[in-house]
This record gives sequence, structure tokens and C-alpha cells, in this order.
Amino acid sequence: MSVTTLSSPALAQRQPNWLVRLFDYKPFLIVMCLAPAIGLLAVFLTYPLGLGIWLAFTDTTIGRRGIFVGLDNFQYLLSDPLWWNAVFYSIVYTAIATFGKFALGFWLALLLNNHFPFKSLLRAIILLPWIVPTVLSALAFWWIYDPQFSIISYLLVDVLHWRTSNVDFLGSPWPARFSLIAANIWRGIPFVAISLLAGLQTISPSLYEAAMLDGASAWQRFRYITFPMMMPILAIVMTFSIIFTFTDFQLVYAITRGGPVNSTHLLATLAFQRGIAGGELGEGAAIAVSMIPFLVFATLFSYFGLARRKWQQGEAND
Amino acid sequence: MTDTVAQVADAKAAPDTMAWDSGLRRLMMIYLPLGCFVLILLFPFYWMAITSFKPNAELMNYKEHNPFWISSPTLAHIKHLLFDTDYPRWLWTTMLVAIGATTLSLVASTLAAYAIERLRFRGSPYVGLGIYLAYLVPPSILFIPLATVVVQFGLFDSPLALILVYPTFLVPFCTWLLIGYFKSIPYELEECALVDGATRLQILRRITLPLAVPGLISAGIFSFTLSWNEFIYALAFIQSGANKTVPVAILTELVTGDVYQWGALMAGSLLGSLPVAIFYSLFVDYYVSSLTGAVKE
Repeated sequence: MSVTTLSSPALAQRQPNWLVRLFDYKPFLIVMCLAPAIGLLAVFLTYPLGLGIWLAFTDTTIGRRGIFVGLDNFQYLLSDPLWWNAVFYSIVYTAIATFGKFALGFWLALLLNNHFPFKSLLRAIILLPWIVPTVLSALAFWWIYDPQFSIISYLLVDVLHWRTSNVDFLGSPWPARFSLIAANIWRGIPFVAISLLAGLQTISPSLYEAAMLDGASAWQRFRYITFPMMMPILAIVMTFSIIFTFTDFQLVYAITRGGPVNSTHLLATLAFQRGIAGGELGEGAAIAVSMIPFLVFATLFSYFGLARRKWQQGEAND
Repeated sequence: MTDTVAQVADAKAAPDTMAWDSGLRRLMMIYLPLGCFVLILLFPFYWMAITSFKPNAELMNYKEHNPFWISSPTLAHIKHLLFDTDYPRWLWTTMLVAIGATTLSLVASTLAAYAIERLRFRGSPYVGLGIYLAYLVPPSILFIPLATVVVQFGLFDSPLALILVYPTFLVPFCTWLLIGYFKSIPYELEECALVDGATRLQILRRITLPLAVPGLISAGIFSFTLSWNEFIYALAFIQSGANKTVPVAILTELVTGDVYQWGALMAGSLLGSLPVAIFYSLFVDYYVSSLTGAVKE
């Protein structure tokens, strides 16, 4: 009696629908689950990555299959002052913008780690520059940097009387370079701040209490507790930030398109100009590929950052 | 050192002066800098908004009109945008692309994360690592070869190309996020279901997925905002004005000649930002918590 009642629902479920049984076969299920993700990444990421590296060694142009030309593209780039300029500005852009984002973002994170009313609302508002599409906020910056009607110029000249003439933000190389870096820092602060805030919240308050009892000053507490405890997260977030700042495209394309006189080209915008707009796919690909060594370096940095984290937390803590 | 002394002195001082002192210090050390941050972080949006509603006469005349305020607001720029340009079409395309890419990525990455974290097979950590590394390959390196791939598939100038290509940066991110969520669901629940005779697919559908809903929501928001934000692929793969996404179209179709229509440009930026901002504000708590969670991971 009891046997039949027990087995009948089980029997009903085990009805040999071959499809259901196939999906219950673990290796098949694993393959089916991974297929969409791996398939998409293989076709639209791995294959193009390989193709890009191959293109970099050919003289392909739009509409014509290229032939293998060895290192010609790279040799040409080495003699191209515009490429050198893009390398130079990409490094300057990444270095200053990353430093600015992290200095200000860390400060903002420390401020947000205090207790005050409307904290979650403030956190939500502060993320806005990061949510809004970059090109759209870049357009706002373009307008803010307008040579004639810049609101910053208006403040400096007509309100504060610090300057006698409008600032020419985008008209000459160095001001244009720094204007772009400022816009990049503005966009990057929220992400850094929220990420580091997460890190700050994992630090146990007892550490600070102990330090207070020992009479440590605010600076000492920051220097010997906050900073070392934040190192792992700083390393990871910074790696991401470095990679995506170095390969940035949108801000520069939207605000200066590489001008004035090609002084603000990043490697990505130069690759676009040569590869897509100019039709020289091979050369554009070579410029894009020339970013890879830098990215590998940044990724290794991340790897060792992670390794250090493991070492700090003990091997077992994975 | 001096700070320590000051603190000790604070502690010894009368309670009311101490309260006043720490209140002032709090104001100077926390509220003032925070106020500056908020002001600077939000100013471009304020400027964007105020420009969108300013008549042209006020837009370029700072002498007679206070630039920070609008004397006679107008809807002319927005009207121009909606009725004289393809803007509604661009918005629609962007929405379609973002929803399509998000759906595709969510399905692919949920299954992948489930396989990596829950089905556990030999080599699953390496598959996970591979997907993580895929996230570190930036679009700026891929767009040239991808353009040729898109042409080969006959998808050039089609929004479908963007729906298929965006998952390359969405899937790694979502998979990574969802692995973390699946990790937090106790194994025992699945084991119980297995003992009760449920198939693996039933377990995924009835137990794991419902419990991972917060993760799915945040992965969805991230995907949606990232797709809405994407620029370089949309710029490289779409040629005709009508098929462009909002960020590309504003930059390539609205910026014409030497005289920039700042009112219309800013109105376009504002309207283009609104859907993401609204979508984000609905789920902001998920967003912030998963962002912090992903970093803690």
C-alpha cells in the first residue's frame, strides 16, 4: 500500500521523455549550458581578436583582401610621429586621470563612510555621472568648454575677475589634453568611490578602536590601518580603471576627435581614424594591437594584486 | 601627533564646547567637501538641463541674462528634436538594441554561471577564468576585426549586429556577477530537490533561478546601462542615419556645420540620459549593492 503511493509520483516524473533524460545527463547539460556564452564569445571575441592580430600583419584595406606584409605596419608606426604622440598622450591621459580618479574617489569614499542623513540617496545621486552614457555627458563637457560661451570662462572672467579673457579650452594642445583628462576624472570618480566604499565597509571597526586606545592619530589610523587593508581592492579596481582609461575612445572622439592638430589622439581614436574612417584596416589593426602589451602588463599587475590578497587573507580563504 | 594632543584636549574640555567644536569640524571636514563633490558631479547635468530649455536668445547672451537661470523657458529645442529629426527612431533603436542584448546576455550568462558554479566539472575554474579574462579585452581592440566579421555575416548597418556583439562585454560581466549570487545559495536546497527526484533543469527553473532574482535584476540593469552607453561598435557598424543609436546619432547627425545647435544637442543628451537614469533609479539599491558585492568578491 505505502509502497505504491510512494512510487507513483516518482514514476510519473520519470516518464521516459528522452529529452528530459538527456538534459539530466550531466555532461550534456554542462555543454548545453556553456554553449551560448562560449559560442558568443568565441565568434565575436576570440575569433576577432585573432583576426585583428592577423590583420595587423597584412595590408588590408576596406574592400580589398590584404596580403601578409610581416612587420611592415609596425615598422611604419615606429616612424610615425602621430603614433608616438598617441602613445605619449595615452600614457599621460591614463596616468593623470587614474591618479585623479583614485585620489578624489578615495577621498569621497572616506567621506561617504561617515554617518549622516540621506546617505543612501546621496550614494545614488553620486553614481549618476557613471550611469549616464559617456558620449552624452561628454557633449555637456564640450558645451562647458566652448571657446566663447564656456560657463567656466564666464565664472573666471565676469564673476570672479580672475582672468581678463576667455579660456581657450580645446583650441591648443595642452589645454585640450587637460580638459579631456578633467572630463575623464569626473566620469570615473563615482565608480572608484563606490567600489572603495565597499572595501572600507569590510574593515572591522575593532581595529580602529584598538588604534584609538593606543593613541593613534587620524593620519596614523589611515596610514597603518585603512590604506594597507584597502590595498587589494585598490589594486583590482585600479587595474580595471587603467585598462579602460588607456583604451578609452568615447570621450576623446566626442569632444575633440583627436584635435587640435592631432594632439589629443589616444591609440583607440587613432586606430579608428586610420582603420575605419581612413579605410586602412591593416594599419588600424596594428595600432589597436600595439595596445596589447600594455594591457597584458596591467592584467599581470591585477594578477599579482590578487595573489597578494590571498597571501594576506591566508591560503585557505578562497 | 598634534592631532592626538588636540583630541585629548577635546576630551577634557567642557561638554558643550566639545560638541560645538566637533560640530564645526564635522562641517568643515565632511559636509563641505561632500557638498563640493555633489556640486561638481551634478553640475554638467544641471547645465545640460538648463540649456535644453533656454531660448536661443538667452543661450548666448550672458551679459543680459543670468546664465545659471532661465528667464523664459521654451520647449522649442525638444520640439525640434522630436519632430524635425529622427530622434524618436534613434531612441527606439537604442531601446531595442539594449533590450535585445540584455536578454541574450542574461540567458547566456545565467546558464554559464549555473554550469560553472553549480554543475562543477573538471576545468570549471578555468572556464570561469577564461570568461573573466574576456572582460579584460576592451572593445577598442576588437572593433576593426569585428567590423569585417559583421560585414562577412551580412549584418553591416543592422541593429542585429549590435545585439549579437554587445554580449561580448556583457556576458563576462554578468557571468561573474551571477557566479557570486549562485555561490550564496545553499547547496542543500538543490540536494534535497535532487533526492526528491527533480531533474537538473527543474532545479534550475524552480529553485536556483527564483533565489537568484536579485542577481538577475542587477545583471539586467548593468547590461542595459552598458548597452545604452556603448559607442564604438555602434559608430563603426552602423552607417545609415535611421539605424543609429542615440549616442552615435547625436554626435554624427545633430552636430552639423560650424554653428552648433547647443539647445537641441543638450536636449538630445538629456532625453537620451533619462531612460537610463529612470531605469537605474528604480533599481538603485540592487545596483549599488551588487556593485559593492562584485568588488568585495
